[in-house]
Amino acid sequence: MVRLLGTAAFAVVVAALPAVIPQYITFELTYAAAYAIAIVGLVILIGRTGQISLGHGAFLAVGGYTLAILVTHGVPYGIGIVAAALLAGILGVALGCVALRLEGVYLALATFALATSVPAVLKRFSSLTGGATGISIPSHSEIELYYLTWGIAAALFALAYVVLRGRVGLALRALRDSELAAVSFGINPVFYKTLAFGWSAAYAGVGGALLALATAYVSPDVYSVALSLNLLVGAVIGGLQLLWGALLGGIVIEFFPLWSQAVSPALASVVYGVALILIMMFVPGGIAGTFGRRMSFIRRGHE
Amino acid sequence: MSKRNTWSVTAIITVIALTLTLGIPTGAQSVPGVTPTQILLGGTHPYSGPAAGYASIGKCALAYFAYVNDHGGVNGRKIVYEDKDDAYNPPQTLQLVRQMVEQDHVFAIFDSLGTPSNLAIRQYLNDNKVPQLYVATGATIFGSDYAKYPWTIGWQANYHDEAAIFGKYLLKNAPNAKIAVLYQNDDFGQDYLDSLKATLGPKASQIVKAASYEVTDPDVTSPVASLKASGADTVFIFATPKAAIQAMVTIAKMGWKPQVYLTSVSASQAFMHAATGAGTAAATDGVISANYLKDPSDPANATDKGIVLYNAILAKYPPPGVNAQDANCVYGMGVAFTMVDTLKRTGKNLTREAVMEAATHLNESDNPFLYAGVKVSTTPTDRFPIREEVLIKYNAGAWKPISGLITNRY
Repeated sequence: MVRLLGTAAFAVVVAALPAVIPQYITFELTYAAAYAIAIVGLVILIGRTGQISLGHGAFLAVGGYTLAILVTHGVPYGIGIVAAALLAGILGVALGCVALRLEGVYLALATFALATSVPAVLKRFSSLTGGATGISIPSHSEIELYYLTWGIAAALFALAYVVLRGRVGLALRALRDSELAAVSFGINPVFYKTLAFGWSAAYAGVGGALLALATAYVSPDVYSVALSLNLLVGAVIGGLQLLWGALLGGIVIEFFPLWSQAVSPALASVVYGVALILIMMFVPGGIAGTFGRRMSFIRRGHE
Repeated sequence: MSKRNTWSVTAIITVIALTLTLGIPTGAQSVPGVTPTQILLGGTHPYSGPAAGYASIGKCALAYFAYVNDHGGVNGRKIVYEDKDDAYNPPQTLQLVRQMVEQDHVFAIFDSLGTPSNLAIRQYLNDNKVPQLYVATGATIFGSDYAKYPWTIGWQANYHDEAAIFGKYLLKNAPNAKIAVLYQNDDFGQDYLDSLKATLGPKASQIVKAASYEVTDPDVTSPVASLKASGADTVFIFATPKAAIQAMVTIAKMGWKPQVYLTSVSASQAFMHAATGAGTAAATDGVISANYLKDPSDPANATDKGIVLYNAILAKYPPPGVNAQDANCVYGMGVAFTMVDTLKRTGKNLTREAVMEAATHLNESDNPFLYAGVKVSTTPTDRFPIREEVLIKYNAGAWKPISGLITNRY
């Protein structure tokens, strides 16, 4: 009941915000929601399945470029976003097949290599991707972008919530905690692990498509290694175990760099780095994890 | 209970929203960013990330504005330059620029750096009629697309003009050269190659081989080897610094001795020193490049008025972490000079329209940071402020001019 009310109140606040905040903050919140969608993908993959990816920026690139290429060829935006999800998802399944043979540090390195290769690949196929110049897409008003992005985010959060509570979520968690035990219960590790990768990548693809739509422009420089690492930072700071941690993560990676600029433009990245270290020292479970644990203490105390 | 709660929350928030919306003051200032005592400009440079080397452009522009402000400002107004770090990441450039336009109400965006970053903000600034002045990139599109993007204008010598200037020099001085071209496989390298071919006209067939590399390639040994095999006696290096240095060193190591032409973006003293250090003097001796900025490292310029001013400004308003010999710093002061000149020409009545009018009617022949004689001039249909360069040759650790100014203005 409390949770439902909280969600409803939150939805109302999100819906009403553009009326009260300046346009550029509406615009920045659009980015936060798009990042949050991509981070949900990481929560599914890392938090729930126990596999790591340092290369999710690659799926954002696939999503962003799919949308940009389709839209500039006259395909409607809706289809562009769905195609972005599908293509990123398919590539995610492919990476998932590779991931079956790799674990821990080796998987981290393989996905990291994927992230570093993205700008080079985008520049090489310049007839399709526009090379280093990238592709411009027609721009939209910040209000349209805001409601579109938050609407899709709400739907995808709900979907993730339902699926993770069901059989699939249970199977993923069982695989994470003990693969041997999971297999003995008849859970197919090959199927579920590749599924998790594909699902996670599809979310990242949608996030990437929405980011591209907001910027109205894609170019290889957008998808540097820093993007992949930032997403991971967002997921860890938000909290890898809880879905709403992804939302906090999106807000953190969107606004932290901007806030640290306000503190000192010359030392922005230092301020950002120090803030991250402090958070990891004092809130090791991520914001959602630590805060969520307190809430559950309270609840337990009441019971 | 729950339903009623939700509804009342909605109602309250809606009321708050409406109150705040109505309460926001509109049009408090007639011209954003301009007060009787101040002009607010915004800009972005990469202070972090892979392109951080270019940050000195922003820092030195700021130093020049500080100097101007201490000498009375522009028509009684002081220039405040809000320069932010976009880490060379286009979405971040867009967000910072929107914040500067909508929250801080900057008058114009000045000297934002990088082709992708400027492409990301061009549509937004033009939609909102905010001047995008003197973008720090040589990509030709920022000067040629003015019909669609009238609020955008570049400054530096563009890639297309520079290749044409090389071509003109070659036609006159070595018309029978057998030419090989190493170019970066993107719009930057392609701009150069296309323009060189166009300038050579029928002689373009003397380009016996053109080999490309990717900006991410670890080295350029194999394309350089293929160029050597073509039997060319002249090599154009249309490359960014890292690959350009590697190419010069590789050519020397192969014992090949062609006449090398090098893009100005890679011809800074620091890069030439690196190439000399990694190879031998043979790697850099005799290399020809082009320039439109004054060289602060040239002893002949020690008493030049512009360089004296340059050094005085660096001493009085030291930009953090900037080397006085850094050509990018000269660039920063030079472009800031043009900005101040534009604001002066616009006059006391500053509006965004008026500043664009001034920026498209430049006629500046006294920019002290540019090579003697280089003009900064524009018309509404020629939006390339700098179209003249002098060719320079590298010998014994220094650049020396070998030609008069060559123009690509028609």
